[in-house]
Amino acid sequence: MALTPAITDLEQLKSHPAVARLLAWNASAVTEVKFDREELTVWIDKSLIREACAILRDSSDCPFDYLCDVTAVDWFPSQPRFEVVYHLLSLSKKERVRLKARLDNESPVVESVTSVWPSANYFEREVFDLFGIRFTGHPRLERLLMPDNWEGHPLRKDYPVEGYR
Amino acid sequence: MTQYPSSAVLEPVAGQEKTLVLNMGPQHPSTHGVLRLVLEIDGETVVKVMPEIGFLHTGIEKTCEAKFYQQVVPLTDRIDYLCPMTNNLTYCLAVEKLLGLEIPPKAQWMRVLMNELTRINSHLVWLGTHAMDLGAMTVFLYCFREREDVLRLFEMVSGQRMMTSYFRIGGLALDPPLGFFERVKSFADRFLGNVDEYEGLLTGNPIFLMRVKGVAYLSKEDAISLGATGPTLRGSGVDIDLRRDAPYSSYEKFKFNVPVSDGGDVWARYVCRVQELRESIGIVQQALAGMPEGPTKADAPKVVLPDREKMKTQMEALIYHFKIITEGFTVPAGEVYQGVESPRGEMGYYIVSDGTAKPYRVHMRSPSFANMQVLPKMCEGRLIADVIAAIGSIDVVVGDIDR
Repeated sequence: MALTPAITDLEQLKSHPAVARLLAWNASAVTEVKFDREELTVWIDKSLIREACAILRDSSDCPFDYLCDVTAVDWFPSQPRFEVVYHLLSLSKKERVRLKARLDNESPVVESVTSVWPSANYFEREVFDLFGIRFTGHPRLERLLMPDNWEGHPLRKDYPVEGYR
Repeated sequence: MTQYPSSAVLEPVAGQEKTLVLNMGPQHPSTHGVLRLVLEIDGETVVKVMPEIGFLHTGIEKTCEAKFYQQVVPLTDRIDYLCPMTNNLTYCLAVEKLLGLEIPPKAQWMRVLMNELTRINSHLVWLGTHAMDLGAMTVFLYCFREREDVLRLFEMVSGQRMMTSYFRIGGLALDPPLGFFERVKSFADRFLGNVDEYEGLLTGNPIFLMRVKGVAYLSKEDAISLGATGPTLRGSGVDIDLRRDAPYSSYEKFKFNVPVSDGGDVWARYVCRVQELRESIGIVQQALAGMPEGPTKADAPKVVLPDREKMKTQMEALIYHFKIITEGFTVPAGEVYQGVESPRGEMGYYIVSDGTAKPYRVHMRSPSFANMQVLPKMCEGRLIADVIAAIGSIDVVVGDIDR
């Protein structure tokens, strides 16, 4: 299977249930879309990410009721620096969608989705631990994998692979 | 910082003189590794469970970013050390998806075959240790007898019993050796009888039933919202299996049932997993019967290492070999998420490529990590002994949690 070029035109992707639902809710929240390698990515305005997740979870025709994963990507040194990545799955329709929110370096803060899915708890703690991205409204935002007194956030690109000596 | 300092064993929490705090782990035999549970108990009743994880965190995600794509494969074995092939498969599928690489049918079927043997291997360890935690010693010895057979099969194809690294980007490391399929067949033919043996020891055993029935209940709604996955999710009545619902590596060509139980307790999860053992051996038999002929590596000289023979006789193959080893191969920019049904649930690899020879970001969504969050829900309000049953029933592998 040869690679086909990615589709980034919102008009062509309107029929996907996740895009359709988000556009019907708030068209200005969707900043960018991409359909690449059979996977759909939707960029959401960072202030609306929790609401967007709640809308998709409660969607009637294709409910994305299962949160697979929350993670982040550090695009240091370009700006905006961080992307928080949410992988959603619809257990009934077996559809997947990836939501992304861009965060800048000065204040990597985004609203927690633990009120939508309690399962986001550990995933967000891990992102906080390894990237230093803060989630407002999280019940217990503490380090998860690294020791409590650790300095720095290891998965940032400006953190050396062998650690600080 | 935890609200219980690590030295706080048997220290009462201020204002709650009735309860006391008990550390279970990180050196507790039934936590299957270095998992620490901080239990707040009122007599024998568990009031609160706080899992403390990270003792086995080795920073594999960070290490991956400093390696070439093909050098990451051996790292993936070490994540979930009970199902190395599933890890290999997920990673290879994700990179192949990034590359747009077509895998020959024989390699795909071999991957299915090995993947199901891995599931049997993993479930046997689970069954043995789970039963041993609950006091049934014998089952452990029976399970490890058959597990040894599976490990010998792994050794035949890859030279390794546990850290196999048998799947490579673009296919398999080697063709299966002569006599391999006969060995698998003889194993598959007798294995169903072995499962009957385990069930004979446990399924009707009144002591076992009292320890598992109605214990560690998890409702369907809680299972979904807390992110349970795999047999833990199916044991709560959610019918999802990625092998059937999002087929990969030609799973769509195999016929199998997905065991689902709506009991939601330890017993339901036990039934699902034992049933999966039977389904897996069915898939192994189908794979043996229909194994296609042909190459086991994709025709992509820039990605797949050439045969030893070709490398020593053809200049071009030697150049490709040298370039792959020294510079790696570039992967077109983009990102993929590949989910695979591992023995513990949905294992997902999220890989971001920036167009160079090293992955920009590799993230493992590990099933044990997701399942860990349902443990407090299962245990709170029940007895300490039920915590052991609950841990066993979600089948945690600490390497998989901590990465």
